[in-house]
Amino acid sequence: MSIVSTSPVIERGTATSRIAALAVAVIIALLAIAPQFLSAGAVDRMTALFIYVILAAMWNALAGFGGLVSVGQQVFFGLGAYFTIRLADAGLNPFAALFASGIVVGVVSVPLSFFMLRLRNGEFAIGMWVIAALTHLLVNLDRLVQGETGTSLISLNVYDAGARRATIYWLALASMTALLAILFGLLRGSTGAAIRAIRDNEDAAASVGVRVTGTKRLLFVLAAFGIGIAGALWLATSITFQPKTYFNVQWTAYMIFMVLVGGIGTFEGAILGALLFFLIETWFGGTGVWYLIGLGATAVLFSLFLPRGLWGTVEERFGLRLLPVGYRVRLAPNVSAPSGEDAQPEQTTPHREKA
Amino acid sequence: MSNQIIQGVLLGGYYALIACGLSFMFSVMRIINLAHGSLAVFAAFALWLLASRFHISPFLGLLIVLPLMAAIGWALQRFLLERSARGGALLPILTTFGLAIVIDNLLFQQFGANTRSLAPFIGSLSYDSWEWPGSIYVGKLAVIMFATAVILLGGLQLFLTRTQLGRSIRATSEDPDTAGLVGVDARRANAIAAAIAMVTVGIAGAFLGMRATFDPYAGAPQLLFAFEAAVIGGAGSLWGTLLGGIVLALAQTLGAQVHPQGFLIGGHVVFLLVLFVRLSTSGLGLRGLLRLAPRSAP
Repeated sequence: MSIVSTSPVIERGTATSRIAALAVAVIIALLAIAPQFLSAGAVDRMTALFIYVILAAMWNALAGFGGLVSVGQQVFFGLGAYFTIRLADAGLNPFAALFASGIVVGVVSVPLSFFMLRLRNGEFAIGMWVIAALTHLLVNLDRLVQGETGTSLISLNVYDAGARRATIYWLALASMTALLAILFGLLRGSTGAAIRAIRDNEDAAASVGVRVTGTKRLLFVLAAFGIGIAGALWLATSITFQPKTYFNVQWTAYMIFMVLVGGIGTFEGAILGALLFFLIETWFGGTGVWYLIGLGATAVLFSLFLPRGLWGTVEERFGLRLLPVGYRVRLAPNVSAPSGEDAQPEQTTPHREKA
Repeated sequence: MSNQIIQGVLLGGYYALIACGLSFMFSVMRIINLAHGSLAVFAAFALWLLASRFHISPFLGLLIVLPLMAAIGWALQRFLLERSARGGALLPILTTFGLAIVIDNLLFQQFGANTRSLAPFIGSLSYDSWEWPGSIYVGKLAVIMFATAVILLGGLQLFLTRTQLGRSIRATSEDPDTAGLVGVDARRANAIAAAIAMVTVGIAGAFLGMRATFDPYAGAPQLLFAFEAAVIGGAGSLWGTLLGGIVLALAQTLGAQVHPQGFLIGGHVVFLLVLFVRLSTSGLGLRGLLRLAPRSAP
């Protein structure tokens, strides 16, 4: 008895996580029918929330799981909007153009990745910023954009305002759900183990046969694609395209804030961070400069005192996993419970995450 | 054309000045300070405030602002960088980026969106020029700026190689633990290095304000210029930074000739070209190339 009682249980799904999965399904279903009950303004705000979740999840995939902190992700946000304008101008249906644009951004990011992924840490971070600055200047040269005057996604105007609003809402919801599902699936699979091995120690990961560059490239391209979609969706909600607005480093600042506060490197953390950012913006966005000062200061304080963010801390303290992407080893006190985890209360045993 | 080259080289002095602190901090603490440009703009605003409100000439104002910048550098290292560097290589990037947002917006809150310049406070120096053979006019300020860059970079080089303190800073940057074994206080060495870096940032800020206009959000472009000059210069010495600044300025000057908006594009393109050549010819990556602690210097 004393021997078997120490044999560990390796687990992933828990009772809590199964309830969470069910809750996620219910929430998505509720969100899908929500436009019928919400005011026009509320629908627009919810669309913005979905876009923030995409931005946070994608930046978190890159930085939190891939260890690639980029300060130039606004380049993909801006390009997502720009290519939508270009494709719609070429005669493509504006809604189709949103997704085509995301794909174009993803394709563009492939050659870029060969170049940028050879940079490390700070060099990668600022190098991406240089890429964003250069791309902004080049987009300004396009006659269609007319420099900082910008242009509009005129072809959306043929749709009725109400139908347009609801369609964009559903597109944003569907994009968010699909991107989160892709990321979740990726992180749970063997690629996920490789990603975390790289984050923890790149050289060690390479030495046990992890394809470091290929895996990083996958994350880089996925993040570019997702952020490109986000930029395209943002364009659809605001119609006007001004390069200065879309290529603004502020977008990356928002992503960093959301991920740092929510919990860098945790799947749930990015979503929580986006939700918090959305609420803070709703309440304090009107205070202008002080709002931005507050965001910057909060980011600094979190990186100094709570680098794992809110969710990371909760996870550590309570051993809580709502949407588990890793495995963990639990010392089972009683071997007689065959499927272990269901029988035991979550918090009573020590946990150790094993990626 | 030779006129443009001369003007470009002189402008390179400014880029070398602003790159100096960034690459110094990188070489010693392995930290790329994303608040670098914002701190330079902060120094420019401090000088502007002293000049416009208290009628203190920007050159005299440096006597107040540079010690202030040194104190900021010391505090930055002690309270922010030291702590965040313990969390790995990525956290200082996030911390300094947050700091840059705070500085930029505080400046905006205090001074508004108007562009300022220190030029009105330095008399005729802002437009005086010497005539060189071939009827080429070179601005006195541009020459002073270039000379300052040479003196500052040379001084730092001498400081690092010839003084006890410089040697302990270099030892710390090589291996803080081993340096500690032989009696070097790594915390002190890093804090002093950060203070020195911020003094150079203060000087760069002064020239930023004298040669052009600035506004609260002018920090980001300065950071990019500094980073580009440091990377282009690359090689193993502080002189590489001067060379990088000159190449960047020449590329911008050339870009401006090609297209009205080509000034910035030219700089970015040359930066990427240099990066491309470097990365495809050596496996070193930038870590080895950005170094300027004169390990290879005589």
